[in-house]
Amino acid sequence: MYIFGYRLPGMSSLVVWGFLWEMIGRADVTFFVPPLSEVFTTLYSIIGTVAFKNALAETAYAFSLGVFFAVTIGVIIGILMGKNRLLDELLLPWVNVFLSAPLTALVPVLMVLFGFGMKSIIITTSLFAVWIIILNSRAGVKQINRSLVEMANSFGASPIDAFFKIYFWAALPEILGGVRIGIIRAVKGVIIGQLLISIVGFGALFELYSANFLMGHFWAVLLVLFGLAFSISEFLAYLERKVAYYAAKR
Amino acid sequence: MAMSQINHKTTEKNSTDIGSAVSVQNISKNYGDVEALRDMSLEFPRGQLTSLLGPSGCGKTTLLKIIAGLLEPTSGHVEVNGINVSGPGPDRAFVFQDFALLPWATVLKNVAFGLQMRGVAASEREAIAERYIKSVGLAGFENSYPHELSGGMRQRVGLARALSVDADVLLMDEPFSAVDEQTRRKFQEDLLSLVRDENKTFIFVTHSIEEAVYVSDQIAILLPRPSRVSEIIRPSSFRNKGVDNIRRDSEYLDIVDNIWSSLRTYVE
Ligand SMILES: Nc1ncnc2c1ncn2[C@@H]1O[C@H](COP(=O)(O)OP(=O)(O)O)[C@@H](O)[C@H]1O
Ligand SMILES: [Mg+2]
Repeated sequence: MYIFGYRLPGMSSLVVWGFLWEMIGRADVTFFVPPLSEVFTTLYSIIGTVAFKNALAETAYAFSLGVFFAVTIGVIIGILMGKNRLLDELLLPWVNVFLSAPLTALVPVLMVLFGFGMKSIIITTSLFAVWIIILNSRAGVKQINRSLVEMANSFGASPIDAFFKIYFWAALPEILGGVRIGIIRAVKGVIIGQLLISIVGFGALFELYSANFLMGHFWAVLLVLFGLAFSISEFLAYLERKVAYYAAKR
Repeated sequence: MAMSQINHKTTEKNSTDIGSAVSVQNISKNYGDVEALRDMSLEFPRGQLTSLLGPSGCGKTTLLKIIAGLLEPTSGHVEVNGINVSGPGPDRAFVFQDFALLPWATVLKNVAFGLQMRGVAASEREAIAERYIKSVGLAGFENSYPHELSGGMRQRVGLARALSVDADVLLMDEPFSAVDEQTRRKFQEDLLSLVRDENKTFIFVTHSIEEAVYVSDQIAILLPRPSRVSEIIRPSSFRNKGVDNIRRDSEYLDIVDNIWSSLRTYVE
């Protein structure tokens, strides 16, 4: 955006919102919104504590494993669905159902099936992320140029070769887009998992802070979470731009 | 130029007992209700260039893909060097009308792709690929990406990829139709020297009469509804007159005229 001929750096609007937040906080409109400066000082004070580090470690562990399974399974199933009509007809209705289903309602079922531990949290995280990854990978394969596949076949490519050297690369721009959205959903999944299944990690912190009306603490943890999700998503967007040069001409 | 060599080759070509590299026997192909090919038989002499010429929709691509092993015929069979075709094989390489280059890979990786699929080690296949990139005139573009090249250059990459696997039979589906006229003429001249220098059998699909007559040792005219080989023409006299004189040669002009008069009824 330009103001008075000066190009503003990205995210400049955050400054405006931050300022507004500070004002509302100072005006003491509601206990729910403490001044932003207070949130930052709280953040600074809790970021070194053992409780915070443990919460971060637990959340990061569940999150990264959950995302790992979601990406691996999602990309493989998505590509296979794009390649194979039968598999596609079989699975697509389910993928669409789960994509829009209120997954939070399924969490109690997962608890019955997989217990109250880390396993259920990881599965919840994967469950939130995997559907959009499947759908995007599938879409990436659907628009592949048929003659690339024929080309690979004509040189005697095995199905495994075709999968990793043609389909995967051809679908990569869409796959990255799917992973990016999937990861944002996984953040939601891991926190919901931690709140509903067993009170651990950031979920436990949210629970603790909101129950005790420690809004400064609450917002501080939320900011950390937002910052992490934002960085990962920006990194993936960067990767997407790197493959964009061929997204238009496959 | 070594005229004697060309003359020698020409006399060799005129002898009828060269043998076929590819033999198409009673091929039929239906796509559901569409009868693309019906009981087609055709011989492709070894070391020569045969064109498949006909209006679009008469089954040229279908026939070429059946020979490549990319499509199953509904009935009939194809033999390459006397062996029944049941799928793609190292004895054949395909050049695609739309180039079929991997847009995410460099020219070098694209040219080496066929060798990679055939299990050639990385260093060896890149050495071979570099050689063929040079031979098609793309030296210096090894690390470029397809979208950075012109249409003509892209097809040279496709050609280098097909040549690098050193197959006996080169299958080319309208390889020059997506490049501009000047580039196309240069390609046609290069193709003539390729046929002369490489000991390969070329099967060349085109819808251009002039192109077919210019490059071919043998032209199979295909007609639609029902699809069939209507005529086989073997130009004899102008091939050894040098590339610059072919388009002025009276036999060349006669053949072009004859083909046009047999095809014109199929053009609406
Ligand atoms: N995959 C397909 N499904 C149905 N019909 C097809 C398919 N491919 C080709 N055809 C039909 O078969 C006929 C021959 O096609 P093709 O071999 O592509 O002809 P050409 O290459 O000579 O233009 C055409 O009528 C075309 O519409
Ligand atoms: Mg065609």
